[in-house]
Amino acid sequence: MSGKITKDQNVFKMRLSVDKTFDVVNLVLMIVMLLVFAWPLWFVVIASFSDPGAVYRGEVILFPKGITLESYRAIVKYKQIWIGYRNTIFYTVAGTLINLFITICLAYPLSRRKFMPKKIIMAIALVTMYFGGGLIPSYLVVRGLHMTNTIWAMMIPNALSVYNMLIVRAYFCNSIPVSLEEASTLDGAGPMQYLVRVVLPLSKPVLAVIALYYMVGHWNDYYSALIYINDQGLRPLQSFMRDLLVNNSVTRVTGGSLSPEEMQAKLYLAQTLKYSSIIVATVPMLVVYPFVQKYFVKGVMVGSIKG
Amino acid sequence: MEKAKKKNMTIQRSLFFKRLRIDLRDNWTIYLMVLIPLVWLIVFCYVPMSGIQLAFKTFKAKLGIWGSPWIGFKNFERFFKSYSFGTILWNTVSINVYSLVVGFPIPIVFALFLNYLRHRKLKKTVQMVSYAPYFISTVVMCGMIIIFLDKDTGAVNQLLRLLGMDGVNFMGTPAYFKDIYVWTSVWQGMGWSSIIYISALAGVDYQLHEAAIVDGANKLQRIWYVDLPSIKPTIIMLLILQIGSLMGVGFEKVFLLQNDLNMSESEVISTYVYRVGLINTDYGYSTAVGLFNSVINLLLLVAANQLCKRLTKESLF
Repeated sequence: MSGKITKDQNVFKMRLSVDKTFDVVNLVLMIVMLLVFAWPLWFVVIASFSDPGAVYRGEVILFPKGITLESYRAIVKYKQIWIGYRNTIFYTVAGTLINLFITICLAYPLSRRKFMPKKIIMAIALVTMYFGGGLIPSYLVVRGLHMTNTIWAMMIPNALSVYNMLIVRAYFCNSIPVSLEEASTLDGAGPMQYLVRVVLPLSKPVLAVIALYYMVGHWNDYYSALIYINDQGLRPLQSFMRDLLVNNSVTRVTGGSLSPEEMQAKLYLAQTLKYSSIIVATVPMLVVYPFVQKYFVKGVMVGSIKG
Repeated sequence: MEKAKKKNMTIQRSLFFKRLRIDLRDNWTIYLMVLIPLVWLIVFCYVPMSGIQLAFKTFKAKLGIWGSPWIGFKNFERFFKSYSFGTILWNTVSINVYSLVVGFPIPIVFALFLNYLRHRKLKKTVQMVSYAPYFISTVVMCGMIIIFLDKDTGAVNQLLRLLGMDGVNFMGTPAYFKDIYVWTSVWQGMGWSSIIYISALAGVDYQLHEAAIVDGANKLQRIWYVDLPSIKPTIIMLLILQIGSLMGVGFEKVFLLQNDLNMSESEVISTYVYRVGLINTDYGYSTAVGLFNSVINLLLLVAANQLCKRLTKESLF
């Protein structure tokens, strides 16, 4: 009898010690992870505010050094970035509105129980998730429609994401009580009135989520511009960012003869210009992000329920 | 008997059309509404699918897609026999398998550990910071990679030098390309991918944990015997999806990280399709290479689905 108790106590003690080590290891691991995620982002921020020379020499690691707004002054003068900014804001706003419109136009009929061609239209949409024409056939279609080098190329070929449509449809089907439709039909509302007056106002959370998915997509879109846009004036921010960050082609603004020191200073500045441009290009998304974080998490969940 | 059956069918058919007519009359707005996305799907998804015939043709701009002459499997033959076929296929497969093997389990492990973190504030902070990289665009991400790994001024090399090591030309060394690609993707995506597991873990019945604690299970055992079996369906669903996109290595990131020096390790099918298609305007050939890629993708998806169905009775479709 007593032997059994001590055995249990031993098991209990062992478990406690295993759990304690686990907690400590876990805590350390998570702090390391936190640093791994945060440091590169932090570094970009401090480098953008630091003295270009100090960044170049590798003196900036954890804290900014010789705080200056020089690189931000340079970015303000860097015209292309602002052309890109203007274009991207337009593509993001207009593109997202088009996205929402088309997504609702498909999700709502497919969510209605009595819509007769529901199954076949659903099949038509689902096939496109797994199979597509590929680069060249899509390009030829867009070119055939004379959309290349127009603003439409940035918004129409990606006007619908079937995946997002499924999320919205799942929400319409599962989160809006059937009794509401019956009630509004009794009150004499047609399917359109029911959509505008009842379904959409009740679906704000899911609409917010997919609007944000689409928004981030447009803001970060580089592919459409690479394929469809040549016109300098129509290029989005990301495509100018590529010139600056990846191709390293900062257009030298001033000509004339420069002393070696001035050359050196310019070189440093070109380097920090990259950091400030990253901040300028990413801040809109990062500002929106804390506000919508909980919605994003919800959105992922709604998407996973659908299957 | 025969006649009765036939009659029955015609009645059913006319009933169907009657119902359709009534539906059209009552809900014509719905039909009108669905027409917009339907037209979009046809123009931007199905018309390009019909363009796949280019893979078996040689494209003549004057004759258009439908009028261009057929050449059978010549485009495919040319691809299979081409000098770079082996390298491109190997790069595509190895980058994807590497991504899957590393990138798939890490978010799960991360979610499991985060789930047991006792400090609520730290947990929230880690979670929030871990999602942030997901919002960085591919261009900026690649820009950051190039800046951080620069052989002279990059922060990583500065750190290495501080530790007394030699600087490394990361972007110029082909052998590092795949590691850079995969691990930076892990950095960018693991927080985001873990969301789904974290919420699945939050849904695990706590009674199961209580029972396990009474039975003397420690936390590691609880992870193994309670948490993992509970989130298994989620894991399998995501695994099938990942395998389905195995050959669809992200074009943008590879393309942006590519340079003349690392080309031998970084050229994959999608970048090759872009290069021969849009740069060299070799439309038929490029379409054939793209088709080869999508067909393999589709086969992998179906195979993964079948395998999971047989092994675990879970499946996507």
